[in-house]
Amino acid sequence: MKVMLTAFVAALAIAYGATVVLGQMGWSSAEQTSSPTSVRLD
Amino acid sequence: MNIKFFGAAVLALFTCVSSPSWAEDAPAVDRTATGGAQTLQDIMARQAELKVDETFRSGNLGADNAVPAATEALGAQGGRSDADTYRAIRYNAADITLQARGPAADVLIQDGGMRWYELREGPVVTYGGGALLGMLGLLVIFYLVRGRIMIDGGPAGTTIERFKAIERFGHWLLAGSFVALGVTGLLTLMGRSFLIPVIGHDAFASIAALSKWVHNNIAWAFMLGLVMTFVMWIAHNIPNKLDWQWIKAGGGIFGKGHPSAKKFNAGQKIIFWTVMLLGASVSLSGLSLLFPFEIFMFADTFAVINSVFGTDFPTVLAPHEEMQFANIWHSIVAFVMMVAIIAHIYIGSVGMEGAYDAMGNGQVDLEWARQHHDLWVAEVEAKQKGDQS
Repeated sequence: MKVMLTAFVAALAIAYGATVVLGQMGWSSAEQTSSPTSVRLD
Repeated sequence: MNIKFFGAAVLALFTCVSSPSWAEDAPAVDRTATGGAQTLQDIMARQAELKVDETFRSGNLGADNAVPAATEALGAQGGRSDADTYRAIRYNAADITLQARGPAADVLIQDGGMRWYELREGPVVTYGGGALLGMLGLLVIFYLVRGRIMIDGGPAGTTIERFKAIERFGHWLLAGSFVALGVTGLLTLMGRSFLIPVIGHDAFASIAALSKWVHNNIAWAFMLGLVMTFVMWIAHNIPNKLDWQWIKAGGGIFGKGHPSAKKFNAGQKIIFWTVMLLGASVSLSGLSLLFPFEIFMFADTFAVINSVFGTDFPTVLAPHEEMQFANIWHSIVAFVMMVAIIAHIYIGSVGMEGAYDAMGNGQVDLEWARQHHDLWVAEVEAKQKGDQS
């Protein structure tokens, strides 16, 4: 049970970390809104 | 009545009832009266959902060398009318110069968009959703007929370690992210049709935004879990002759006794390879959707398929078409995976006594292990004896 919960928390942490890393790489689609310099494509 | 014949008849009847009418070719049309342009017969054929050959339009784009005198009609555009120009834009054959830069910016009209939309909203939702409900129904019937598969003679009371913590972590990372992806994917695909009428636009907008964030970002956890489980378990999932014996015995589901198996039986190997192959495929199409217009795979894939099988899939695709193929393929593969995983979840939880412990705390009852994975137990016990001596 502990391992399962740890894995679920890890999945959420990876998801949050992905937005930070991809944001630093300038991935505009990770953003929820568009801005004058970053247009959301999806 | 022969039960196979009865089954085939039911399947044929179901297919006829549930399937839209297959598109027939429209009869040949004489377009001399319109100078080659569309006729009322073309419009009527399209409304009757017949398959209309559109080449009379896609190829009718005017001609630069047919320049009439400046005093003639169409003089300002040479040999092209406005209709010719718009047809060229529609069929991606126009020479367009734009100030806007960016991927696919020069695609002003994307002709395949409606076909993608109709496929996504129609057959993908209908057959995909039907497959999920069908599998749930089959499992309910199976449970009512077979009941829970119990440990013959009851549990031994002693346990044996089935999976280490790192193995369970990889499994739950994959499983947890897959369930999250499945739920949010279904909300994205079906929410507009099924949720908005119930909860309204405002409530659905919040759910859709959350679903998008979760689906886009938890995909990385799924891919990591996929790689982890592949590396940890591939050695135990190589098919061998024993698997055929297990399949011939139906896994021991209906009869007495249990066919021999090592760490993973043939059913588990089928699930493993289904998850690995389809998981890799759904990940690739997902990456294509995560990074719009950056990763194109379908034109090249179609070219390979055409060269091997002699088929006639399109090998020149507009950027949007690549995205549309990725979207449809992503949905289809995800539905197949969901159907398989629902069955896997059933047999690993309510369907079989003692099975959940393997992933719950990693310790399974020794009698359960002997009945379902006798050769694996023998291997573990032999190794333990070897370590002690």
